[in-house]
Amino acid sequence: MFGSLTKLQRYYLYYTASFLAFIGALAVLEQHGMPPRWIGYAFLFFTISMYAVIGIMSRTSDVSEYYVAGRSVPAFFNGMATGADWMSAASFIGLAGTLYLSGHQGLAYVIGWTGGFVLVALLLAPYLRRFGEYTIPDFLGARYGGNAIRLVAVAAAILASFVYVVAQIYGVGVITSRFVSLQFEIGVFVGLAGILVCSFLGGMRAVTWTQVAQYVILIIAYITPVAILSYNVTGNPVPQLVYGKVLQEVGRLEERLFDTPAEIEVRKLYRERADLYAQKIMQLPHSLSHEREQLSQRINEMKNSDTQMKDIVALEKQRRDMPHDPEQAKARWESAMFSAVDRSKPPIHHAEAFPGDDAEQQLIQRINFLALIFCLTVGTAALPHVLTRYYTTPTVSQARDSVFWSLLFILLLYITAPAYAVFAKYEVLSHLVEIPIAKLPGWVAAWAKVGLVSIEDINADGILQIAELSMNPDVIVLATPEIAGMPYVVSGLVAAGGLAAALSTADGLLLTITTALSHDVYYRIVRPDASTQLRLVISKSLLLVVAVLAATVAAQKPGTILSMVAWAFSIAGSAFFPALVLGIFWNRATRAGALSGMLVGSLLSIYYILRVEFDSIPWLGISGFNMLPWFHVQSTSAGLFGVLAGFLTIVVVSLFTKPDPQASSFLQGIRCSNKEGRA
Amino acid sequence: MKPSSDAYWRQTKRLTLTLLVLWIVLTFVMNWFAREFNDFTFLDFPLGFYMDAQGLLLIYLAIIWYYNRRMRQLDAKYGIEDK
Repeated sequence: MFGSLTKLQRYYLYYTASFLAFIGALAVLEQHGMPPRWIGYAFLFFTISMYAVIGIMSRTSDVSEYYVAGRSVPAFFNGMATGADWMSAASFIGLAGTLYLSGHQGLAYVIGWTGGFVLVALLLAPYLRRFGEYTIPDFLGARYGGNAIRLVAVAAAILASFVYVVAQIYGVGVITSRFVSLQFEIGVFVGLAGILVCSFLGGMRAVTWTQVAQYVILIIAYITPVAILSYNVTGNPVPQLVYGKVLQEVGRLEERLFDTPAEIEVRKLYRERADLYAQKIMQLPHSLSHEREQLSQRINEMKNSDTQMKDIVALEKQRRDMPHDPEQAKARWESAMFSAVDRSKPPIHHAEAFPGDDAEQQLIQRINFLALIFCLTVGTAALPHVLTRYYTTPTVSQARDSVFWSLLFILLLYITAPAYAVFAKYEVLSHLVEIPIAKLPGWVAAWAKVGLVSIEDINADGILQIAELSMNPDVIVLATPEIAGMPYVVSGLVAAGGLAAALSTADGLLLTITTALSHDVYYRIVRPDASTQLRLVISKSLLLVVAVLAATVAAQKPGTILSMVAWAFSIAGSAFFPALVLGIFWNRATRAGALSGMLVGSLLSIYYILRVEFDSIPWLGISGFNMLPWFHVQSTSAGLFGVLAGFLTIVVVSLFTKPDPQASSFLQGIRCSNKEGRA
Repeated sequence: MKPSSDAYWRQTKRLTLTLLVLWIVLTFVMNWFAREFNDFTFLDFPLGFYMDAQGLLLIYLAIIWYYNRRMRQLDAKYGIEDK
């Protein structure tokens, strides 16, 4: 396969070389005093204009080109594009941090997000390609017949994809605001422009070829910093091979540091603080007014004595910032209490599987680990924006091959993420902990300023203890270049990579949403006689509307967006996976069965998420319906129940309804031969 | 249904099922015992950690590679069209 390069491969090789030359040039310019902010702008401008050039070159007004890139994407490149499509801002920025915080338990994400591709390869991709239409609702509509199932599929696809696309645009805002100091809202709209240049003119065709370009940037950006860090620490630039040794070292440091008297004291202080908050919450609303009175009294005392004015002003500000009503006080104090409780717990050992004090705790961790893997794998194999990619290859066997390439390209990142986490932990344990706070390295202060790292000397000994340090997971990838003392050009590269990851995923998602609306709803249901020209006009205008809508939502900085992404997996998994798999492998599955299975599965997931996660929904007038999780399964793994219920419902209802006479000829068509077999 | 495509589908199903069971055993059954696996060391890693961080991913890739290879052979044997 590598012997002779095709024309496309040569183009992308030139492209990669010019990107590397660009980085080299910036590195030289930095040596000669180019300010960091300009380096950030240069990366932003260079990468987005590259994408724009590809996007404009791939413009098209052909329906098949617009929806499935003319089914002419070779397996290798489809794999690369799927890689970029798949790896989102969360994978690029968040995953290494999650692994840092949760150790072995976080590996569920690594397994789930790769293992799902085995399901795609074995159960879905070849059959979708042989079916050869445009969307996932198309497939369900053709297999089961009727518009109802198409509408349910469209609704589920939009629900899962929209949440996801908002998270990507949010990620773009975060990256641009941190690295080129644009205002967050402006960053969001820069991201919107970056997305539109790729998808507006050329649809799937343009998205595919920009995604390939984005993959190249994101993988270079992800691996470079950790390779340099690995070389600095171990003398070997291949982090994946050598971090076992570093992990052992981390284990030794953990043994030495976790239970020093100072650590135990700090954890005790946090526990006391948590108790204090608990008490205050119990005594609401009295405790709030009491606190305010005390503060006022102190201010008055100070005004009567000769205290400095600025101390009084500070206290008055503190009084202004106090919670206004008991509701707000409860919310704020609860979050403070939970953070104190977190810090009061002994830290986990990085390599320990299913950590817990007793056998029951360990069992809960074990169940959740496996449940999360289940939901992520099934969700991976059910997210429409990934599955649609397998419509774009020229042949069925290329569709199969392209799953292989997809997984290979995705694996490069997921195999690196745990190394990131281990190297970062090694740096923290060996260079931060037990160091006087005044002498901490510069990057800690720099990231503390933006609020991603916080340090609180609760026992006032002037020395940092593990529990006194708290880090936002995003900081691991973003700060690694500084941790390893690399020039700013590497930080700029990381920002460009994160941007590529977010933009490429957003492109794919946006296209899925607009295709669902314009193709499945408008063309298939509302106006089957619409001309191809009209269909494309509708598609493009919807793309614009949905993109602006998503950016507007992202600009509001919705707080729960990251957990909502995890829920999207459960919802997509329980809506699509059972209906697709049984639809392909079981002749007896009927329309009524599939429809009820999709509804039961996705509604059960949503119900579980709502009842476990929330206590009340004010705008529906429901309150006090919080429930204990079933079998200790967290709400992020709601799909465990949704998917199983979906399968069960389809089987039971199908057996009670009349078999579909057309199913077997349809299935003959997608299982064995091509068009002739299909009626 | 023609007899040859019947056999093709039977063999495809058997291959799919075998690999799927292998996948389930590795992903869910083996991981149930990750704590116990961690008592062994492999390439300086605790074995359970290694499997979850690298080993399983490589096995997944191998499963897909093997499936594609076998399916290509089956396609050729039964003359299944590829378009």
